Amino acid sequence: MSDREAPVRQQLIISGVGGQGILFLTRLLAETAIHRGLAVISSETHGMAQRGGVVVSHLKVGGFPSPLVRAGTADGMLVLNAGNFRLQRPFLKADGWAAMNAPDCAEQVEGPAMHRIDADAIARESGLRQGTNLILLGFLLAPGSPFPFFCTAGDIRQVLESKQATRGNLVTQSLRALEAGLEYGTTYYLEAPGC
Amino acid sequence: MSSNILMLGNEAIAAGLVENGCAVATSYPGTPASEILSSVAAWQKATGATMHVEWGVNEKVSLEIAYTAAITGLRSAVAMKQVGLNVASDPFMSAAYQGVKGGFIVISADDPGPHSSQTEQDSRMLAMLAKVPVLDPDSPAQAREMVGLGFELSEKFEIPVLLRPTTRVCHAGQNVPAVEFSPSPISVDFTKEPSRWASTPKFRLQQHLQLVAKLEQIAVHPATAPKRINPGVTAPKAVLACGVAAAHAREIMTDSGLIDTLPLYQVLQPFPLHSEFRDRLLASYDQILILEETSGVIEMQLADRQRTRGKLTGFVAEAGELIPETVERLLKDFAGITGDAAAPVDTAGGRKPTLCPGCPHRTSFYAIKKAAPHGIYPSDIGCYTLGLNLGAVDSVLCMGAAVSQAAGFYQAFRLAGKETDIVATIGDSTFFHAGIPPLIDAVTQNARFVLVILDNSTTAMTGNQPTPALGSGAMGEPTVAVDIEGLVNACGIRFCQVADPTELPDFIALLQKALAFSHSNGPAVVIARHPCVIDRRRKVAPPRRPVTITPDCTGCRYCVTSFECPALIFDEQQKRVHIDRLTCQDCGVCVHVCPVGAIIEQQTEGGLQP
Ligand code: SF4
Ligand code: SF4
Repeated sequence: MSDREAPVRQQLIISGVGGQGILFLTRLLAETAIHRGLAVISSETHGMAQRGGVVVSHLKVGGFPSPLVRAGTADGMLVLNAGNFRLQRPFLKADGWAAMNAPDCAEQVEGPAMHRIDADAIARESGLRQGTNLILLGFLLAPGSPFPFFCTAGDIRQVLESKQATRGNLVTQSLRALEAGLEYGTTYYLEAPGC
Repeated sequence: MSSNILMLGNEAIAAGLVENGCAVATSYPGTPASEILSSVAAWQKATGATMHVEWGVNEKVSLEIAYTAAITGLRSAVAMKQVGLNVASDPFMSAAYQGVKGGFIVISADDPGPHSSQTEQDSRMLAMLAKVPVLDPDSPAQAREMVGLGFELSEKFEIPVLLRPTTRVCHAGQNVPAVEFSPSPISVDFTKEPSRWASTPKFRLQQHLQLVAKLEQIAVHPATAPKRINPGVTAPKAVLACGVAAAHAREIMTDSGLIDTLPLYQVLQPFPLHSEFRDRLLASYDQILILEETSGVIEMQLADRQRTRGKLTGFVAEAGELIPETVERLLKDFAGITGDAAAPVDTAGGRKPTLCPGCPHRTSFYAIKKAAPHGIYPSDIGCYTLGLNLGAVDSVLCMGAAVSQAAGFYQAFRLAGKETDIVATIGDSTFFHAGIPPLIDAVTQNARFVLVILDNSTTAMTGNQPTPALGSGAMGEPTVAVDIEGLVNACGIRFCQVADPTELPDFIALLQKALAFSHSNGPAVVIARHPCVIDRRRKVAPPRRPVTITPDCTGCRYCVTSFECPALIFDEQQKRVHIDRLTCQDCGVCVHVCPVGAIIEQQTEGGLQP
């Protein structure tokens, strides 16, 4: 991660559908921000949408009063469900980036810097049923990733490990998924394929 | 900063309650308020505070229990969503008259948008109607502080206090200091005073006069007075904001520099608006922009349409959430700044919500449509509202209305001499909440319909809170389990049968029997019992019946459109259906759905075929 400067102010959108562990991912990132001594405010989707509908979290690191990201101001986006990208793309600022879970390049669009991983396929192959969220995060944080991020994979590991006592199995699965994403990302960025 | 932890707004409110010595906390779950009570239970466990924490059967009962604790001198609180306050409005209005001894906070979480509610109603309007002061937080941290402020206000004036967070506060996460708890002794004292606690109309007039006098005092109470965000800035115009709109305004005005030119005030207590503040505002500014959700509560109290710009003057839209993009446009218009503000991101579209893979409700709805293909299907509030997608939900009004609407449809059609199948659906928790009185009514009036109680032993939509039938409470403590069949029978229903909807063919046959009974004898009840697939507390896991799709699949899409299990995926290339192994729950029900029998139960262990 030494090739990237960690920003201390960052606005992020995490987008997916109910059941993909968006809330878990949002809280993990928020706790990691706190772990790094940064102020954080986030906004989550609860209720009906959690039943398979569109679920979007806003995460603002570095002392923002409002929990919501305005259109055109997000630095980056973690897209767990490719079909959401077109809908939520207006959140991104002009030089914003996206890390996306998608089986193919169908949702690839002109404009934002974007990298893609088929996290669902990796989850299936490695028997990590609930792992899509952390696989995508590992991919985003892998060495060689060009996207600036407020924390490192090491920070995520530490925060996950601090929960080991209370949420053992979930933590083990999450760590495995994170590693799977990191591993895929490490070779991916070396080869730097287009879509 | 390192001692900070992440809390949702609801967790922060719960922390505030426990830290401030709240002894009795009650709630009925409802988005966006549901996590308040479960967090109180968690903080109680962590701190060992002496508390009674309960999920009440509905909001009215919950409010009455917490209120009564407050008249014995204890600090207490009740939490609910805004439509829950409608249910609890009867005791709420009277509690304002009789007042309290210990601090009493009613937390009613509003849902501008609405994101997960039937209405966008503003609980502050009900507080005005009740003549109860309101605190309106802008963030989790402030919501927690307002619990302390609220208890003090409540005790000083012996009045209930409404704490009104909105979705964006309840479900915002923020770094806040960890819980600090020092135990305080519990002392209870109920002084009999019938003219107060059992007041007749004569005394109620006195109480009303006292209430009006209390409000006048509360309108000059220093601790809850409006805050000036940018002291020293002067202009002929000013902005007044409250709740999360104040957070949006602060951020946007800082980003755009308006914070240096336009006076910004944050109102903490929108009702009653501080009287000196109101007079000073009207004397100092020609134009005042008011940013508040969802109705013009502050604006009404300013009552000078020449100077105010808000909901009542049409400057701010009467409906919908005040999202930051809207706040930005309003602030710029008000300040006379031209140029484009970013258009809000369209939140409609994308995948629509659907029942989980393996959800037993899907099976019940499918069976209902088979048994009564031309029926009318009143339904209710819960996950099962999503039976809409299956065409098996025709009406949803409010909690418990499935039963009364079924009766209403029956009576209306009867008058016209028409007989039709009516199959109503209601969840177990909703049945306990508000379904029993209309069922008694249906029995006395002999309304002919079938009520299917979708009993998954949990309150699923809001996060799997226990129901009275579960036998364990908010703290996981054992409770007396109430039996749904017994209740149904006691209402006078003469056809009541329990079955597992995932035994699909048998369940369809049972519904047909119930329909036949209803047409000749009166209301019939079928209890569809099968646990929720995502309930981690469920006692028995349902049997696993993994399925596979044979080459016989014709690609007709029937299972995808009529059964709509999200784990059944239509493969556009191969023109056939496959099963998504990441999400399939192995419930095995779709075997009965495929018209050509191409979905079969898997015979051998392992070797799953996608
Ligand atoms: S959460 Fe439970 S009740 Fe709700 S849709 Fe899923 S399985 Fe059904
Ligand atoms: S077995 Fe069939 S109905 Fe059940 S979850 Fe899997 S695909 Fe859906």
